[in-house]
Amino acid sequence: MILLVVEHARGNVSKSTYEMVTCARQLGREGPVTALVLGSGIMAVVNEVALLADQVLVSDRADLAQYDSELWSAAVAQVASEGDAHTILIGGSRSGREYSPRVAVKLDAPLLEDVISVTAEEGTLSAERYTNLARVTERITARAPVTVITPKQGAFAAAMPGTHAAEQFDVDLDLTARRVQITEKSAEKFSRISLAEAEIVVAGGRGVGSAEGFRNLVDELADRLGAAVGATRAVVDAGWRPYAEQVGQTGKTVQPKVYIAIGISGAVQHLSGMGRSKCIVAVNRDADAPIFKVADYGIVGDVNQIVPAIIAALSR
Amino acid sequence: MRILTLIRQVLDAEETVHIRSGEIDLNGSKLVVDTMDEYGVEQALRIRDSGVDVEVVALAVGPERNQEALRTVLSMGADRAIHVMTELALDPIPLSKVAAQIAQQERIDLIFCGGQQSDWDSHALGAATAERLQLPQVTWVSALEVHGQTLTGRHDVDDGSEMFSVQLPAVITTQQGLGEPRYPTVPNIIRAKKKELRIETLDQFHVDLKLNVLGAAVQAKARLHKILDGKDAPAAAAELVELLRNEARVIP
Repeated sequence: MILLVVEHARGNVSKSTYEMVTCARQLGREGPVTALVLGSGIMAVVNEVALLADQVLVSDRADLAQYDSELWSAAVAQVASEGDAHTILIGGSRSGREYSPRVAVKLDAPLLEDVISVTAEEGTLSAERYTNLARVTERITARAPVTVITPKQGAFAAAMPGTHAAEQFDVDLDLTARRVQITEKSAEKFSRISLAEAEIVVAGGRGVGSAEGFRNLVDELADRLGAAVGATRAVVDAGWRPYAEQVGQTGKTVQPKVYIAIGISGAVQHLSGMGRSKCIVAVNRDADAPIFKVADYGIVGDVNQIVPAIIAALSR
Repeated sequence: MRILTLIRQVLDAEETVHIRSGEIDLNGSKLVVDTMDEYGVEQALRIRDSGVDVEVVALAVGPERNQEALRTVLSMGADRAIHVMTELALDPIPLSKVAAQIAQQERIDLIFCGGQQSDWDSHALGAATAERLQLPQVTWVSALEVHGQTLTGRHDVDDGSEMFSVQLPAVITTQQGLGEPRYPTVPNIIRAKKKELRIETLDQFHVDLKLNVLGAAVQAKARLHKILDGKDAPAAAAELVELLRNEARVIP
């Protein structure tokens, strides 16, 4: 079977799960697409997933209320072994990319990490992925009885739910206690939408001038567009924004429908985190800024005048 | 306490990637210690500087040139280095097998590894190493403190960040937010030349390669470059919004 580990948050199935279903169905490998839901109080998620998968395995228990890399990898490896899964799909989120290597080691399987395409031909899986700060596309193959795959977020179209609900089965798992204790959780409210999932990202660089400038320009425009907020390393280093919003080599990689760069010069470390965006828009005072070399649209001008004018134009 | 820092030698981010006959060619390009790995080295040195009895050991696996990267790390202040020499390109899963065996032989208490390797764009090495050693891991750590056998700190998760606490031994993957890596000083560069850099061969680790790289390509996306003059801000803004709505169709 093809085992797919459902990503969900706050009672909803994440977009990455819909994308994994597409990846699983396009793969060209035999066997039912089997969704595994791990968590606590997850009936709504299970019902939503039942319209996507061929069968649904559920482990609803109190100790799975919060994600943990050791618990998750142990659970997935157990289900994969017992169900003779030949292909295991895990989300390309931070957490997915954190526990998937553990699953691969447990199952002595190769890991096709963060792939943008993957197809099976007899015993071999061929995939493509970005490397070298997303500047290079590499083609790789894996030939093994069991393979672990994390599809890159946004690389596959979201699957359409069917009308028939798949059968659900409870699974028994043998899990040990978590060793990493979480003493405080802060969901960074700065970004209302997850950066990785957003279709529109508005990002700010040093050119916005200050933390206040960031709020007045970048936050305002993002709110108006229903966009996620990103920042450059310089902005994060200055303490204007949290690390969680950083886009680039030492931050997150995003590939939205449109990336709007406000006061960002476009250092290569930043470009590596957003250069694959489908459309890039730049507003910057310096016409020679490298960001314009990768921009589809842009305005050369003072961000303090241009951005409020854009916000005003959007309201018309 | 003994700390192992995993070191990758990678292409400098400012350098152009050269592809020859479908393969990445690093000849003639500037190579550096992966920035993310430097954070781990710096953190290990700070723990030592704080007065904890620590030995910092650096490990690199790869061709001979990796010794330059290890010398850099020794110049930063690491106590000694191990180089497992091979021309094979190991992906993170087999590489973790080497790292885990070295960690076991050296009785390591704490392992630092970059949150993302900038050549494979991979997050897998730290986690895979932790799994092989049956250790807990905390990834994307941006602040870290050591209190005896307990590590506490902050790390990023899918939707924000968390404060954590974990007992040693453990694996930590690093990112920006930890102390900025120091530059090697001249006296330290001279001192580093005398430090131990042990060379091992790969065959004793029995790695098994399950992935093949078939080819690499650089495909720069063609961009439209419709750049407007912003002297008349309202007019330029109106034109941009019109283009984004009706030509690119990317905003509501």
